[in-house]
Amino acid sequence: MKLAYWMYAGPAHIGTLRVSSSFKNVHAIMHAPIGDDYFNVMRSMLERDRNFTPVTISSVDRNVLARGSQEKVVDNITRKDVEERPDLIVLTPTCTSSILQEDLENFVERASIDTKSDVMLADVNHYRVNELQAADITLRQIVQLYTEKARKKGELPTGKTEKPSVNILGISSLGFHNHHDCTELKRLMTDLGIEVNEVIPEGASVHNLKRLSQAWFNLVPYRELGVMAAKYLEQEFGMPYIDITPMGVVETARCIRKIQQILNEQGADVNYEDFINEQTLYVSQAAWFSRSIDCQNLTGKKAVVFGDSTHAAAMTKILAREMGIHVVWAGTYCKYDAEWFKEQVGEYCDEVIVTEDHGQIGDAIARVEPSAIFGTQMERHVGKRLNIPCGVIAAPVHIQNFPIGYKPFCGYEGTNQIADLVYNSFTLGMEDHLLEIFGGHDTKEVITKGISADSDLGWNKEAQAELNKVPGFVRGKVKRNTEKFARDRGFSVITLEVMYAAKEAVGA
Amino acid sequence: MTVAQSEALNFECETGNYHTFCPISCVAWLYQKIEDSFFLVIGTKTCGYFLQNAMGVMIFAEPRYAMAELEEGDISAQLNDYEELKRLCLQIKRDRNPSVIVWIGTCTTEIIKMDLEGLAPKLEAEIGIPIVTARANGLDYAFTQGEDTVLAAMAARCPEKAPVVESEKKERNAIASLLNFGKKKEDVAADESEYVNHTPLVLFGSLPDPVVTQLTLELKKQGIKVSGWLPAKRYTELPVIEEGYYVAGVNPFLSRTATTLMRRRKCKLIGAPFPIGPDGTRAWIEKICSVLGITPKGLDEREAQIWASMEDYLQLIRGKSVFFMGDNLLEISLARFLVRCGMTVPEIGIPYMDKRYQAAELTLLEHTCQEMGVPLPRIIEKPDNYNQIQRIKETQPDLVITGMAHANPLEARGISTKWSVEFTFAQIHGFTNARDILELVTRPLRRNTNLKDLGWEKLVKEEAKI
Repeated sequence: MKLAYWMYAGPAHIGTLRVSSSFKNVHAIMHAPIGDDYFNVMRSMLERDRNFTPVTISSVDRNVLARGSQEKVVDNITRKDVEERPDLIVLTPTCTSSILQEDLENFVERASIDTKSDVMLADVNHYRVNELQAADITLRQIVQLYTEKARKKGELPTGKTEKPSVNILGISSLGFHNHHDCTELKRLMTDLGIEVNEVIPEGASVHNLKRLSQAWFNLVPYRELGVMAAKYLEQEFGMPYIDITPMGVVETARCIRKIQQILNEQGADVNYEDFINEQTLYVSQAAWFSRSIDCQNLTGKKAVVFGDSTHAAAMTKILAREMGIHVVWAGTYCKYDAEWFKEQVGEYCDEVIVTEDHGQIGDAIARVEPSAIFGTQMERHVGKRLNIPCGVIAAPVHIQNFPIGYKPFCGYEGTNQIADLVYNSFTLGMEDHLLEIFGGHDTKEVITKGISADSDLGWNKEAQAELNKVPGFVRGKVKRNTEKFARDRGFSVITLEVMYAAKEAVGA
Repeated sequence: MTVAQSEALNFECETGNYHTFCPISCVAWLYQKIEDSFFLVIGTKTCGYFLQNAMGVMIFAEPRYAMAELEEGDISAQLNDYEELKRLCLQIKRDRNPSVIVWIGTCTTEIIKMDLEGLAPKLEAEIGIPIVTARANGLDYAFTQGEDTVLAAMAARCPEKAPVVESEKKERNAIASLLNFGKKKEDVAADESEYVNHTPLVLFGSLPDPVVTQLTLELKKQGIKVSGWLPAKRYTELPVIEEGYYVAGVNPFLSRTATTLMRRRKCKLIGAPFPIGPDGTRAWIEKICSVLGITPKGLDEREAQIWASMEDYLQLIRGKSVFFMGDNLLEISLARFLVRCGMTVPEIGIPYMDKRYQAAELTLLEHTCQEMGVPLPRIIEKPDNYNQIQRIKETQPDLVITGMAHANPLEARGISTKWSVEFTFAQIHGFTNARDILELVTRPLRRNTNLKDLGWEKLVKEEAKI
């Protein structure tokens, strides 16, 4: 047992649901107690999804505990098959089903006899993997399922597309700025003259998965999701994959050069050097930004970075290598992938921290007192407490991290967005600091003779205490309304009764 | 409108495939209510993830709750439950020094049959802090029923005998001491005379402090003294409950607590409608008065005045229909109030329907429908959300009260929705807060009025009919 009230990565089933519900027309059925479908709320709130989240619970209740799920899971699968006609139904185990140890595989087999849809059991163990690992596993599993199915039916296309083409693996629902990154990556591919063969899982149809092998290579922008699928495709079809995250000017160039190499190895004869040069010097503002006086002022300033492997590594490199900022420590909560992270950021920061304990991160921030933090929502709140600005660079995130406006982190537009994020974080801190030095905003006490200014009214102790319970931002209004009410009716002392009578009268 | 008046309420039960919050969410409001408590949820990452996301920004305020996160070693009993819990509880004692630790049992502790009720007294004796155990799990309960399990467990901890010294008793009682605060002894004595001499009355149900004060004052006007409230502001202030006391519930989801108070503490339950809406509040007060042998006074004017003050909102909803998908057990009371407001209710979904505990509320609902001349709603226990959405599509209600999982998708299809969870967190009890309920109910309708003429109601492409 461990004492915890915050976690960076969610439970395994969240990963499976993120992947399955990213696909078009794939339905997930969770083997879980009532109340475990909180994923639907997150999809609907954070992503503001217009459609019903394709996730249903096959509820585990007392009867299930006593007699097993028996027909229940099978019935729920066959029912959903008729109601929604999905292409694929993914039976999703949860922490509860992990310990019930029912033979879910057997349910899947039985159900698939009667269903038109394919049925699959997500092969994830709650106690062994987290959200991110589970997502990676599930994506591989679905890709494998449809590859093998096509092979069996002899429907696997042979050969490659005529022009160079790419699959983008790992764009998913509830991923940090994933939709914007996807648009940016597609744009980048178009600029490079590369066709986008398939994007999975977001928006993809399982019927198209057999076409994956037609692409010349796979691009996996995020370290956490897609690598397993890419490795599977490499092993099955010899497809090369690129796992360099095109985030930041230098890494984007490195990613493009790697693409160039892979395409040329397959006989494409492309040269992207001019493109990289043009973009770096004139399209992206980030390279120019690092030359400008603004960025010069940031030189040697202290920052700390924490997040998932992809974003924390990319940000560390950008801060240190492209902006001359002193990254005191960089960290990730992806403990299972610690080696990779250390290798990526080792030379760009003084210290590497790998932990899932937000308390440890909070302490490490307090110890270092950086000028800015780049982290998750948790670090943003630590920053608030310590009065240090924070730019949010990774999940877990709030609704404000699902912006409507176009805000990619990848590609050349991504470099612009990141430059803004970094610069705004630092200047905000600077502004605050200067204000403090010069004695705060030059605002004298605002002198307005409001209604409450004349003090012919007394508040008795109980009423005063009650008033103090009213949240600060409306307290003034409540006070004014109550006093106006009391004055109109000729009360000289405000008691609890008067206070509530006033509330009823003004209807607030 | 002609309606068959003799018809009785119609109860149905569906599959139970519905969305609601896990009952462990009760820690979110109970830790705030009981100021010296610490809630320890013994469960898995799944529970933690839910709380972390459902509680939103509260999580960053160093809440007095934490997860005892079970690991593989706990599940397979390689680790000793007692030793593990002891270690964590000592840590809590050291860091926070609470007056009570509430253990929330979850689905996992049920399945692996962790004997929390057995471990608690032993550990309590060893570490010197009361440990209250509540099994608020998703196998058995929905959302607000979590509070019910906690309060039922708390009921067992209420002191049995009033202390002999009269003045001490007053100090135990949060409300009495609040009302008497700063007054001289003679004034207190004078206050006592404002009350009718009746058998002590204890109310149960967790409400924000301002609402507690409002309802207490409302009863004071009738000369009724509230001797205590379960829960009180602090665990150390739990009310005295002696055999023969009267108890009354303020919320419709407290049936276990009511049962415990009757059977274990030998209290007499006043079965009344719940003080939600001016009609409910009035009926609640009248019922309490009648049981205590008091003739209520001034309720006619009081209720009429509240209705009059809400006229602007009533105009917006009269004749409109509202569909409750059901997830928090407030549905019957809210539906009854909204029928009185002039709305029609085709369907009330509800996770669990205790016909005995809610009897008076159900009767009032029936009467209200008859008096307003509207058809009786169908009450669907353990609803099936998929079926409900088909019915919503067919009947196109003016408003659907539903969880967040369905709100945005319904809005995108041109159906107005109100998020049901807000009703559990807003102040909705008593005369004073009736308008706040309508503020919530009319919000989508007012928003629609603001945005009408834009032609943007349906924002999804027509789904292909297969």
